[in-house]
Amino acid sequence: MTIIIPTPLRQYVGGQSKIEVAAPTVKGALDALTLERPELRKHLFNAEGKVRAFVNVYLNDEDVRYLPQKEDSAVMENDTLTIIPSIAGGLQLSALSLQSSAGTADLELRA
Amino acid sequence: MPMRAIKESATLPELTPDDLSRYSRHLILPEVGMEGQRRLKAAKVLCVGTGGLGSPLAFYLAAAGIGTLGLVDFDVVDASNLQRQIIHSTKDIGRKKLDSAEEKLKALNPALNVVKHETMLTSANALEILKDYDVVADGTDNFPTRYLVNDACVLLGKPNAYGSIFRFEGQCSVFAAEDGPCYRCLYPEPPPPGLVPSCAEGGVLGILPGLVGVMQATEVIKLILGKGEPLIGRLLLIDALNMRFRELKLRKNPECPVCGTNPTVTQLIDYQQFCGITAAAQQEANLKNGIPQISVQELKRRIDAGEDVQLIDVREPWEAQIAQIGGKLIPQNDVPNRLAEIDRDREVVVHCKGGGRSQRIAEFLRQQGYERVANLAGGIGAWSNDIDPTVPKY
Repeated sequence: MTIIIPTPLRQYVGGQSKIEVAAPTVKGALDALTLERPELRKHLFNAEGKVRAFVNVYLNDEDVRYLPQKEDSAVMENDTLTIIPSIAGGLQLSALSLQSSAGTADLELRA
Repeated sequence: MPMRAIKESATLPELTPDDLSRYSRHLILPEVGMEGQRRLKAAKVLCVGTGGLGSPLAFYLAAAGIGTLGLVDFDVVDASNLQRQIIHSTKDIGRKKLDSAEEKLKALNPALNVVKHETMLTSANALEILKDYDVVADGTDNFPTRYLVNDACVLLGKPNAYGSIFRFEGQCSVFAAEDGPCYRCLYPEPPPPGLVPSCAEGGVLGILPGLVGVMQATEVIKLILGKGEPLIGRLLLIDALNMRFRELKLRKNPECPVCGTNPTVTQLIDYQQFCGITAAAQQEANLKNGIPQISVQELKRRIDAGEDVQLIDVREPWEAQIAQIGGKLIPQNDVPNRLAEIDRDREVVVHCKGGGRSQRIAEFLRQQGYERVANLAGGIGAWSNDIDPTVPKY
């Protein structure tokens, strides 16, 4: 099946936007995805191994949380799993002055 | 039956002869027509933010004949905004975004009533500001404000045309509509601070907020007209790099803490805290290579409180001639030879133009055994932006 990787997480998968995995369930697919990517695993799962509350996983166009079997739902080869993390962007950072200033400094350091 | 943000009313404003010619392409559309245009004229829409999303959003709403447009922003136009914030021009750099936006909107449509809210939206003022509007369009840039706008919209029963962007990717939906899901149904909890990069850190394609902001504007208009299928219960994902659009189903979460059947959030909360931006977390997040990053606001507070701060300016003399904020000038390359001039027993705050050079010097001082060394985040530029606009920018 295909897992679609959102932009903020692509840095953990070598910049790929899609990854093919073979697995019987949603949980299995996420395990297969993160098995050799501990950094990505940290972003997707909490310490108890549960998908983090700010990460949404969709099987095709349906939220996995609302599927009867949730993460144990069976997946087929043609299915698509989409990871939807929170993004907040809209305008230049300003409301959080501390973070904003630190971000500006970051940019200058790299420049 | 699509929802309609403007309730049925016999008191819709009449269209003037100018309106008839200006909106003729709307008037011949059966979905808008005379009645729809009068609804737009009666409508009050609040744009939270006049940045990347807010620019096209406000522009198109003004053009479409929305009667009253509220704008919330407290920022000033910066050169780095112009790559995407098309409501502002080069001549507006340094000017308040609200004033710049109002000028462009009124030039486009002099009949528009612009209401400027020059403030940061907070738990203390959000309900008061939002309550007079029919529809809210959230174009903010940070999680605390996202949750604040959402909760305020749910509490007041105002639909929220939501858009969000990062790099080449956008999201769009309509939250907090009657019987529809809210932002918290999708994201019950915010990510921990620092996990998700901001646009300032991660970058954003300048055109993307144009795409997404115009989608928000479209949803606002549809909500007011009560026509079409609004993006209620649907999340539109925009991948501009591959130009692919996908749509996901959103469900109203019966256990949602704000819009669920037994809500636990019945008034606005502390959203900084909710998003994990506590004082301690802020301090931790603001350590860079072990050097505390202090904001210009914090420095100002300490100076005003008469605290002992040894401010060292590591810029070049020519820069100090243009602008200064009272630091002792020791250009960065002279620092190693002039350590005797920096008191080890006092706290040192190092600053430069933007916070980059001063960070390296702060790290150097730490290596030299200085125990209390902080870097002024954003440097003199941030000071000029946020504290004292009379300090020249260069």
